[in-house]
Amino acid sequence: MVLPYIFFYLFSAIVIASALMVIASRNPVHSVLFLILAFVNAAGIFMLAGAEFLALILIVVYVGAVAVLFLFVVMMLDVDFAEFRSGMLQYMPIGALIGIVLLLELLLVAGTAYLAPEGAGSGVLPIAGGIENTRALGQILYTRYIYLFQACGLVLLVAMIGAIVLTLRHKPGVKRQDIAKQVARGKSGLEIVKVESGKGL
Amino acid sequence: MNELLSNYLPILIFVGLSGVIGLALLVAPFLIAVKRPDPEKVSAFECGFEAFEDARMKFDVRFYLVAILFIIFDLEVAFLFPWAVAFGELGWFGFTSMMIFLGVLTIGFIYEWRKGALEWD
Repeated sequence: MVLPYIFFYLFSAIVIASALMVIASRNPVHSVLFLILAFVNAAGIFMLAGAEFLALILIVVYVGAVAVLFLFVVMMLDVDFAEFRSGMLQYMPIGALIGIVLLLELLLVAGTAYLAPEGAGSGVLPIAGGIENTRALGQILYTRYIYLFQACGLVLLVAMIGAIVLTLRHKPGVKRQDIAKQVARGKSGLEIVKVESGKGL
Repeated sequence: MNELLSNYLPILIFVGLSGVIGLALLVAPFLIAVKRPDPEKVSAFECGFEAFEDARMKFDVRFYLVAILFIIFDLEVAFLFPWAVAFGELGWFGFTSMMIFLGVLTIGFIYEWRKGALEWD
């Protein structure tokens, strides 16, 4: 069946093209939109590989949440296009360094799979046939990989507390509703006054 | 494998169809619509004065806080899905593991509630 191959090349071509546009487009908002396109097509590649759960989580979490967060960050910057351009040469060396390290890592992974195909998947638990994707994940994630799972929880906790500590600033002098205080108040502090008609208090 | 992919064929057809319709609606006006532009027609149509400044301005950082708290709970729910699907086979160990995970995140939730991060002002 040749159709999955056609779609694999279609999705990967779009991923690579839109990833190039992320760094090439002048408007940072357009960059984020191209990033979303890259995420969606990467989800398509996951789907072709048979990882349904990962594909849909990629769409829900990355497209639905992370990309929106990126848009917020881009909009929170003062969008000054001339200034963005000027920093490009300055960051070129460190960007190139990170790119080379990533390339070497990818070559190592691909080289292992090519030179020693029997060793490449040795640390991987084989998935029993006839079990759908999500169930196979659930069977091992919470028991076999419990330490990593709990570490995920702690990372999320740190992210939550960190975001609050960094960005939460209450305006001084704002009156807030304290419902417990309101309910417990009773009639103390209240006074019922008969006001005669035609006169004020 | 191919059976799995053929399950997604309707979605593919749907995506292709929506793309075709969207493109058709974008392209059709260029081909069909009457175009007789003059300077008044193509100038910006709005009342009042000329714009003072760029529409791009800095957002309040509180939007960012709301978004990041949303992502965290989004991920928590993403972890709940495989757990719920495989619940029958996990036993007490898997159940306790998830309850500890939820407990840790509930500590964060209580913290954020007490700090007033969920209130706008």
